[in-house]
Amino acid sequence: MITIDKKTDVPAPRGAEDSGGSLLEVRDLHVEFHTRDGVAKAVNGVNYSVNAGETLAVLGESGSGKSVTAQAIMGILDMPPGRIPKGEILFRGEDMLKMSYEERRNIRGRKIAMIFQDALSSLNPVLSVGYQLGEMFRVHEGMSKKQAKAKSIELMDKVKIPAAAARVNDYPHQFSGGMRQRIMIAMALALEPDLIIADEPTTALDVTVQAQVMDLLADLQREYNMGLILITHDLGVVADVADKIAVMYAGRIVEQSPIHELYKRPAHPYTRGLLDSIPRLDQKGQELFAIKGLPPNLLHVPAGCAFNPRCPKAQDVCRTDFPALVPVTEQDGTELPGRRSACHFWKETIHG
Amino acid sequence: MGRYVARRLLQMIPVFIGSTLLVFSMMYALPGDPVRALAGEQAVDPVQIAAMKKELGLDLPLWHQYLNYLTGLFQGDFGTQIATQRPVAEEIARAFPITIRLALFAFVFTTVVGIAMGVFAGLKADMLRDRTLLLITLLLISVPSFVLGFLAQVFFAHQLGWVDPNVSPEAAWDELVLPAVVLGSLSLAYVARLTRTSVAENLRADYMRTAVAKGLPRRRIIGVHLLRNSMIPVVTFLGTDIGTLMGGAVVTEGIFNVQGVGNAVFQALRHREGSTVVGIVTLIVIVYLVASLLVDLLYAVLDPRIRYA
Ligand SMILES: Nc1ncnc2c1ncn2[C@@H]1O[C@H](COP(=O)(O)OP(=O)(O)OP(=O)(O)O)[C@@H](O)[C@H]1O
Ligand code: SF4
Ligand SMILES: [Mg+2]
Repeated sequence: MITIDKKTDVPAPRGAEDSGGSLLEVRDLHVEFHTRDGVAKAVNGVNYSVNAGETLAVLGESGSGKSVTAQAIMGILDMPPGRIPKGEILFRGEDMLKMSYEERRNIRGRKIAMIFQDALSSLNPVLSVGYQLGEMFRVHEGMSKKQAKAKSIELMDKVKIPAAAARVNDYPHQFSGGMRQRIMIAMALALEPDLIIADEPTTALDVTVQAQVMDLLADLQREYNMGLILITHDLGVVADVADKIAVMYAGRIVEQSPIHELYKRPAHPYTRGLLDSIPRLDQKGQELFAIKGLPPNLLHVPAGCAFNPRCPKAQDVCRTDFPALVPVTEQDGTELPGRRSACHFWKETIHG
Repeated sequence: MGRYVARRLLQMIPVFIGSTLLVFSMMYALPGDPVRALAGEQAVDPVQIAAMKKELGLDLPLWHQYLNYLTGLFQGDFGTQIATQRPVAEEIARAFPITIRLALFAFVFTTVVGIAMGVFAGLKADMLRDRTLLLITLLLISVPSFVLGFLAQVFFAHQLGWVDPNVSPEAAWDELVLPAVVLGSLSLAYVARLTRTSVAENLRADYMRTAVAKGLPRRRIIGVHLLRNSMIPVVTFLGTDIGTLMGGAVVTEGIFNVQGVGNAVFQALRHREGSTVVGIVTLIVIVYLVASLLVDLLYAVLDPRIRYA
């Protein structure tokens, strides 16, 4: 499996000197989609932050708003039907939602890049990979076609595509799934951005290739000391690469934690459920645990805690009162740095 | 690629023989013959007619006549018109350029205006301009082109007096504007709709989202990423359209009295000039075949996933 020791040889975080704040900070972000059936509240007050050199894993069931949050950061939300009624997305302290189209465009690709889940459909089928990689240099750095091609070959080497020089003029469909995802990574990496958002970068790949691609991504992230937001619904992948984790449910962060503490002591019943549904070797043969019920309908999110219809610990208060995302502490009240939970009964969950 | 082109060219031989034979037999089956047509209403001595027919080889059985025709064709001889004693090749050389000019004019109009309208509407699907386009094109599709032709003629020529209702035998470019627009209007409607749908669909594609995420300028996202993909189905349609326009030109020529191929075929039919009709129809078939080959090759250039072997 993938093992990366985060503590060793990490250069000083880029951008740490200015503002002292995070590289990216999402504050109380709301996104809704106005559809024929009504308003779907896909994101309902997400808060998270990433520093240079740090990996944040965003975890959650399908439809929990992981991708929509990422699209809002990237500025590639479908608007309409999408709308951002509230929230801030601070990049190096500046709210990107208040920027002009051109200002944002200059950040996209150059400062923040994105890797998509399905590399085949995310690459343009009628343009050669060399052209699509070279475009980054030609548009953002004003390079000539020839220089851009040389850079593309360099990039393809960097992401370990064999015979890069010979394959630079090939088209996406001529590559295997793993190689295509490497091309996506190369494209995101082209201008050495400060932050990369990887939206389920390995979901479409088979298991051995998954590990290779994750390895590559983690290596490159360390080499360039980039911030990384890794979106996934696979808790297994996360453990080895992420520094911290944000668990999403119905468009909210329900728990935040440094990675290893979360596995040891979850502070939210939903996280507990997710952890229990990972197949484990020592429980071979036993029936797999699954969180009962279905994810909520975003047109009618339940009142109180959105998780209450499925929660084994739910009480009356859960059906009426909305649980805020509060700091989690030890039993004696000492704060656990970086830990937060949005559950009325977080104490019972973590210490019980 | 070379082998593919060679194979396609070889395939044209049976199509060529088939279409000439078909038209030839149809001419043969028609009542009346060129010699009698030449005589008109006058009573002519049947013996004299038989002698003339024998001289022209028209008394031979169908297969023999056809063989004679093909032999001539391979020696570059399209035959001679019986009534005028002019070589058929001369008539073709006179009429063809006019029709080609008309069809080409209509084709360029269709392509440029149709694609522009389609892109314009497709970029904002379901907005006012999109609905307007759908309505206009629906109208163009449902009104037969000869009705449109007569309407245009009445309005622009007779009412406004902007153009002459009849195109002169020289058929200069500016005289062909109105006929070309009428001829191209049906294809224009199809091209605009096809482009519109294709653009609206590709706009939602994942790779478009990637292009935005790469921080490319809008012009490039639309001009390079969107259009290259959206043109693929349109190009296929345009390929078959060249032939349709050649055929449609024959009708439009009638309305505006253009002295092109349509007119030539009409006259030849009246005089039962078999070799003229066969020669012209065959050339139209060849234009159609060559055009569709060119388009198939262009298709492979646009879409690298297509490989011809
Ligand atoms: N363009 C859109 N129009 C309407 N609704 C949308 C749109 N994009 C996303 N949504 C809705 O927003 C919700 C959140 O979607 P999102 O893609 O963020 O989920 P996700 O957490 O990424 O799930 P997955 O793991 O399946 O990728 C979904 O219910 C989806 O239906
Ligand atoms: S607030 Fe209540 S319903 Fe929600 S997770 Fe906690 S216990 Fe369950
Ligand atoms: Mg997603």
